[in-house]
Order: sequence, then C-alpha cells, then structure tokens
Amino acid sequence: MTEEKKDFFVSNISLSYQYTAGNATTRFLNKVAEGKLVAQKCPKCSAVYVPPRGSCPRCGVATEEELELPDTGAVESFTIVHIPIPGNPIVPPYVSAMIRLDGADISFLHLIQEIDLADIRIGMRVQAVWKDRSEWGTTLENIKWFKPTGEADVDPSVFKFKE
Amino acid sequence: MIEAAVIGVGQTKYEAKRRDVSMGGLVRKAIDKAMLAADVDWDAIDAVILGKAPDMFEGVMMPELSLVDAIGANGKPLLRVHTAGSVGGSTAVIAASHVCSGNFDTVLTITYEKQSESNATWALSPKYPYSPHINAGAGGYFAPYMREYIRRYDAPENIGWKVAVKDRLNALKNPLAHLQIPGIDENMVAETPMLWDPLRYLESCPSSDGACAMIISNKKLAYSRNAAWIKGMAVRSEGTLSAGRDEVNPQGGQDCAKDIYDQAGITNPFKEIDCAEIYVPFSWYEPMWLENLHFCDLGEGWKLTERGATEIEGEIPFNMSGGVLSSNPIGASGMIRFGEACLQVTNQAGDHQVDGANVAMGHAYGGAAQFFAMWIVSNKK
Repeated sequence: MTEEKKDFFVSNISLSYQYTAGNATTRFLNKVAEGKLVAQKCPKCSAVYVPPRGSCPRCGVATEEELELPDTGAVESFTIVHIPIPGNPIVPPYVSAMIRLDGADISFLHLIQEIDLADIRIGMRVQAVWKDRSEWGTTLENIKWFKPTGEADVDPSVFKFKE
Repeated sequence: MIEAAVIGVGQTKYEAKRRDVSMGGLVRKAIDKAMLAADVDWDAIDAVILGKAPDMFEGVMMPELSLVDAIGANGKPLLRVHTAGSVGGSTAVIAASHVCSGNFDTVLTITYEKQSESNATWALSPKYPYSPHINAGAGGYFAPYMREYIRRYDAPENIGWKVAVKDRLNALKNPLAHLQIPGIDENMVAETPMLWDPLRYLESCPSSDGACAMIISNKKLAYSRNAAWIKGMAVRSEGTLSAGRDEVNPQGGQDCAKDIYDQAGITNPFKEIDCAEIYVPFSWYEPMWLENLHFCDLGEGWKLTERGATEIEGEIPFNMSGGVLSSNPIGASGMIRFGEACLQVTNQAGDHQVDGANVAMGHAYGGAAQFFAMWIVSNKK
C-alpha cells in the first residue's frame, strides 16, 4: 500500500459572534414579533424604508417617524435560483424576489411560493403568508413566503421614487 | 494633472486551482513579472498597496500581514484596500494617488484571489440574523437587475449569449485566460444549465486563482520606459439601501465615468476611447455598462452588442483579454482590467492587441453594484 501524498486538506473552523441589531432594527423586529411591518420615514425627502436602518442614505438624516405598512406589495424584480447554494437549506428551484411593500420606497428580498414558476413576473401583486402565530419571533422568518394575490399587475413605473 | 504612469504589469496564469503555489507564491509570481516588465529592482519600490476581496473568502484574515515578505513590504509603507469585487480597480487608483502625492516616486500594487482555497458563493450567501436565508451568491443578487434591464428595453435573450461567446473567443487569444473553450457559440451557451434565471452557466464568470501586479511611477522613471500615462482616475460609491437608487444604471457609475472623462478631456467616449476593459462578470452587464458609462444612450447598449461593436475589431472593443467572464480571481479582477488597458496602449497585449490603441479605459465595480473605480490611460504623456 502506497501512501498518497497530500499537499492540500480541508480544515473546518468555526467563528461565533454576537450580533447587535441596533436601535432601528430592534424597533422593527419587536413589531415583526407582533405580526406588524413598521417602516420609518425620512423627515426630509419622505422616503419610506422597510426594513428601516435608522437613517436615509439619500439625505444623511435619522429616520424617526414610524408607520405601519400592509403585508401586501408587488414584485420589483426576481430570479429563479436553480442551483443549490452551499450552506443554504432551501431546495432549488426557488424564487428570490425583490418585494416592494405598498407604501415603501425600497424593496427587500423574500421568497415567492404557491405559484407556477413560469407565471412569476415583474409587477405581480403579492401578499405575505405568515407562519402560525405560536412560531413568531423577532425575525422576518415569521413570513414563510409571499404568494400572488391574483389582482392586476402594477405598472413597473410605480417603483420609481417620487420625492 | 495626474503625474503618474504604469511602467510594468505582471499577471499570473489564471486557473481554477493553482495548487503549485501558496498565496505568497502566487502574488510573488505576478510581482516578479511586473518588476521585470518595469525594469526596476526592490530598491526602487517606496510603498506597497495590496487589494483583495473580503477575507471571509479564504478565511485568512488581514493577509497583507502574513504576506509581508512575499510582497516585499518589510520596512516599507503598506496599505490594504477593501472594496469587494471592485477592489482591484480601487487599489490601482489608490496606488496611483500615492505617486501623485509626491511622497512616493514608485509604488508596487498587487491584488489576488485564491478561490480554490475558498468558496466565494458560500461566503456571499450567509444567513443574515433575523432574516430568511435567501442570499444565493453574486449571480443570485445581480440576476433581478439584469431581468429588469431586459424588461425595460425589451432586449432579446440572445444578447447575453453573444457577450458570453465574444469574451470567450477573445480569451482564446490570451494565453493567461482561465477559460479556453474552442468552438464556443451561442447554441453552446444556450444549452448550458440555468443557474439564476435569466442567467445560464456559460453566461457567468468562473472561479479562478490568480494575481495581478503593477508598478506605478512618476515621470523620473516613466519617461525612459514604455509607459501608460494615467489621464483620469476616480472612485465612487453609493448607498445600497437608498430610496430612488437605480441598480440597473447606478448613479455612482455614471458620476465616476463623467469624472474620468472630464479629467482626460474626453467628450465622446464612444469615439475617443479606442478600447475598454470593463468589469462584466455576468453577460448582461456588458450592455448595462455600455449605457451606464455613457458609450451610448439608455436602451441602446444591447444594440451595440448585437451589431458587434464590442468585438475586438469593432467600434468600441470591450474585454479583449476575455474579461471577467473568462478569468475571475475576484480580488485581482478589477486590476486586470486596469492593467490590460495599460498593455493595450503600450502595444504589449500580444494576440489580443487592438491595432493602434492609444487611449484605453479600465473599469471595476463591486459589492451590491455600489462601488466603482475607473481610469483612462494613454501612451502619450
């Protein structure tokens, strides 16, 4: 038996860290834990941010005013992921979409399900599907995914920011 | 006025797995070639500027410290640059700025990635705290913007295939390029698996190991060498989570391009720039950046690609070296664009040389398409 020469090996390491959500995200997540999506509004340009980060990058000012948004919105754009992503438990193919909640001026990524993949399109109206209330925590995972509402599509021009 | 020129460019062979060298060996190979091309010795190097994509890619934190001997920085000023995928470009601009400062005559700048010792898609797809696990690599992030470009301007789907073919045909003329795919055509691209709809396998960049180095100097050395003079250079960034941000045509990219054209006295980039190395990691970014960088009006980019304007013998050749679509050592990918622009204007690009190239552009973008770095080089002082 000959010994195989090895000049390369895989060594697994782990790194644990403590994540501090910060004021704006903490306020947002505490509301998400109650099933509410609470945005923050820029006092200068009135842009509505969800999830909020506590400031408006356009104006460089803090966002304090809060407003609750509905859990409905539209698909600003999307991709269908066909390959397994290392470390990600979601089984492909799945839809990763930029969801623009009604009344918001930025989108966030979430899943779309309960639809034939071929039917997904930009401008499609969607609504959040929440987990059972007993499973809620301070996480956007309280929303399992978004599903189509069946309403008429919106024109993509609505995604343009109007000050 | 910028008083700095690139007097030497060194690149390694780009491959999926450079198991013949360590990280130190990899960067040193590029440095040795750059110093040979520049005809300088270590005594001439006044400072070293190193760039690399996020440390999480290889899991080696602050590699500029462990690499200090390999990059010849012992006892010399050393700076590390971080701007995600655009880092190779930003590093070049920062290195040139050091020469322009007047405090350094000659600077060595080096960028690299050893993707075989990492998994960039894993590193780019973490589960963020308190969020669903949606991140799906760089392609997953950029695909929705490409889809929106296609929708906005009603672009035919074979434009992406055309870019994928064009850059790989160019790579066949560049012996350093990672992907060498003889006989590639649009059908071959169209038959490869869909990764991130609308993006297919051959419309995406590979994972590469490699390094790129440059020697940047002032006129004392550059006058006696075949130098690429920097005529304009700039970096820009923009807020990713900003209301009104247009990810298809980012303001940061528009402003950065305008800035370097103004510095270089360019009023019509399409006519006045002879060729360009532009950061196109996914096929659709060629038409998107044609528009963003003011080579044409909005909605016209895909038509330029369609009519062959960006081919090596076209009106505005893009990515003669094969581009990021053919070689992608992420940290170095931006600097390769900047260095290849220099090789073109100094007539050193070999089989992928554009005849009579006097003015060339290098470009890089990174992060969530919020970091931009660009320069214009010319063979005339």
